[in-house]
Amino acid sequence: MESWRIFFTGVGGQGTLLATRVLGEAALLANIPVVVSEVHGMAQRGGVVESAVVIGEVRSPVISDGEVDILMAFEPLEALRAVRKCSASSLVICNTSPVAPFSVSSGRDQYPDVSDMMQAISSQVSNLIAYDARALAREAGSELSVNVVMLGTLMRHAKMPFDAKVVKKVLNTRTKKTFLEINLKAFDLGYEVL
Amino acid sequence: MHELLTAQSGSKKLLLGNEAIVRGALEAGISFATTYPGTPSSEIGDNLYQISQETDLYFEYSVNEKVALETAAAASTSGLRTMCSMKHVGLNVASDALMTLAYVGVKGGMVIVSADDPSMHSSQNEQDNRFYARFAGIPMLEPANSQEALDMAKAAFSLSESYGIPVLLRTTTRINHSRSVAEVGTLQDSRGDGSFVKDPLNLVPVPMVARRLHIEQLEKLKKLRLEADSSTFNRVEGQGSWGIVTSGVSYNYVMDAIREFNIADQVQVLKLGMTYPFPQALCLEFIEKVKKVLVVEELEPFLEDMIKVAAQEQGLTIEIKGKGDELLPRYFEFDPVLVKSAVARFFQLDYEPPRVEMSSDLPQRPPNLCAGCPHRASYYAVRQALGEVGAIYPSDIGCYTLGLLPPLAAADYLLCMGSSVSSAGGFSKAQDQPVVAFIGDSTFFHSGVTGLINAVQNDHNFTLVILDNGTTAMTGQQPHPGVELTAEGRQPPKVDIKALVRGCGVEQIVVVNPLQVEKTVAAIKEIMADRSGVKVVISKSPCPLFERRITGKKQKVVFRVTNECDMCRRCLDELGCPAFTYCEDETECAFIAIDEHLCSGCSVCKQICHAIRAKKKSA
Repeated sequence: MESWRIFFTGVGGQGTLLATRVLGEAALLANIPVVVSEVHGMAQRGGVVESAVVIGEVRSPVISDGEVDILMAFEPLEALRAVRKCSASSLVICNTSPVAPFSVSSGRDQYPDVSDMMQAISSQVSNLIAYDARALAREAGSELSVNVVMLGTLMRHAKMPFDAKVVKKVLNTRTKKTFLEINLKAFDLGYEVL
Repeated sequence: MHELLTAQSGSKKLLLGNEAIVRGALEAGISFATTYPGTPSSEIGDNLYQISQETDLYFEYSVNEKVALETAAAASTSGLRTMCSMKHVGLNVASDALMTLAYVGVKGGMVIVSADDPSMHSSQNEQDNRFYARFAGIPMLEPANSQEALDMAKAAFSLSESYGIPVLLRTTTRINHSRSVAEVGTLQDSRGDGSFVKDPLNLVPVPMVARRLHIEQLEKLKKLRLEADSSTFNRVEGQGSWGIVTSGVSYNYVMDAIREFNIADQVQVLKLGMTYPFPQALCLEFIEKVKKVLVVEELEPFLEDMIKVAAQEQGLTIEIKGKGDELLPRYFEFDPVLVKSAVARFFQLDYEPPRVEMSSDLPQRPPNLCAGCPHRASYYAVRQALGEVGAIYPSDIGCYTLGLLPPLAAADYLLCMGSSVSSAGGFSKAQDQPVVAFIGDSTFFHSGVTGLINAVQNDHNFTLVILDNGTTAMTGQQPHPGVELTAEGRQPPKVDIKALVRGCGVEQIVVVNPLQVEKTVAAIKEIMADRSGVKVVISKSPCPLFERRITGKKQKVVFRVTNECDMCRRCLDELGCPAFTYCEDETECAFIAIDEHLCSGCSVCKQICHAIRAKKKSA
């Protein structure tokens, strides 16, 4: 059996934990071994939120620097910060819509140019899919569904050991009724990203 | 119904380690549970609380870990199966009770969960609580994944009950906060009411009793050592002449290393789940079969030292290594590459760790107090009131510790829960600068009160600001004795903070709403007019996240910066509210804006700047 070591990074409030949970539940449904590790507590409150989903024969709940197969970056600056987790063969899926850290919004730091950051990432990894997931989430009906848009893209491009339908099935049980339609549309829009 | 109650026996669930522990306890027929919340243990209590609303389980958020353990001990002595959970440093608070509970023993099975935090994701230290098992002399189990967390939690109750001794279930962040697949078993009904049989010559450890109890406890440990030797949680995997001994989460890293190096036919792994009393016979049998032994465990050389002692007693001289010699560190959590590197070095395998390129000089993103957080307003008011003079700010443990960073810079000294109050007293007696201490409401109840009584008794001179946001915010909004907002509406607090402070002997007390900036600054100036004595400012305003969740109250206004703004930057430089943004337009002309989505409508900024106005929040 192969393994899929997927690292999620984002900012508090972007729904990384729900995304990891959904992916983990999908693996369980497909009867494939899975370990999900989450970050709770102090790390939230506007800070960086990192989590990991490890699918297949790997048992370790954390992923070392340089050993991530797929990086799911919900924010471009955090994508660049997390690129240390990747190797040359990693796939990076990155939302290009920035969330400014406080040092930037207070005018003390400059937010790096997004296209420069994407260039820096693609100089280190073979496969980068970067797009404005926030725009697609808005199109689906809510900016809060950036996480589900990104899952859609993952299921299209990452050669996962289970089908996109399995993930949708989990979305059915794990998202609030009022958001379900939006989330399913968000997933499809993410899936369409080439 | 709660998912942990509805999961069918035999079904497989993707359980958080903390959920697995709760399910294990339910499968053991738990009747009674106590906790004081603390990351990474909090979800154990939160799930037990929810379950207690649907079953006859008794659950309480106790005022601190010592109280939680003593309350639980009485339930267990009354014959009930009992769980008491806390974070690692919580066990320090409870340790006074623990050391003697180990002598006095228990009746109903009692499991104490210690959630350690290697790498200090949310803690002030990374102490290795396995030493508490040895220090107190109680058996210990260490799960490696959610399945084991469930199985061990369940088995721990029986083990505890058979030997009449509490069992330590020792976990780490990567067990508590990882989800992995666990097959659940059958739920067991709880035992209903307990009963207490008077037995002072066994339950009251005056010296003559305690001397006998200590000897009896050591006898129990002797038998428990045999139990550890034959425990199904302790097993040998694989074959070959190289040996690895491991426990807890490290086991996963070891097994991944063996698979990746393809050395399963060369290595035997002694996987320990019951790590205290140390399974000496099993371990000796293991090391006699191998040529050299690597011990893979996070933090302290707990197993390593015991293995070396066992080997020495047996006259074995084989190489046993773990910590040091560029193998494994005594600090921080492990990861797969770290363990692979140690395995490769020790067994002389070819391995090149991945080359890692760090991205340097990126803007940092530290966690910050939320927009509208009343702590920010309290800090701002204290700074305004003190002006240039300033003060030493002993702080405490909670969201408000995030006020450490500029521009608030409102934390100068911190040790542990409650240390703000006592250290403030010490500073006031040891040096001349004014002292203003900050403590949260839940932390004040936890262990601030005793420091305050001490300060009054010993004539300390400082001002204590109790940041009363009406909940235990940092760990997930758990209740405490002073809670007023509940799902059933606003109620009088069980314990009124002001009355409590007065009862501690403090005469100068003022209650302020920090969101009223001018009044708060004036009140602080007034109470601090002279510096002698102990003064208390109760800065009372609910955590906005908590208030919104509990009351469902909709926010009506947000604030905006008008064109009267003269770019003085006070809002950015003194408040540090994350809703503010410094922007530049197309002509590179700078302006300041407020993010409507982030603004919580607290109005503090409007009170410090004439250019900020309210507007109706768009739907």
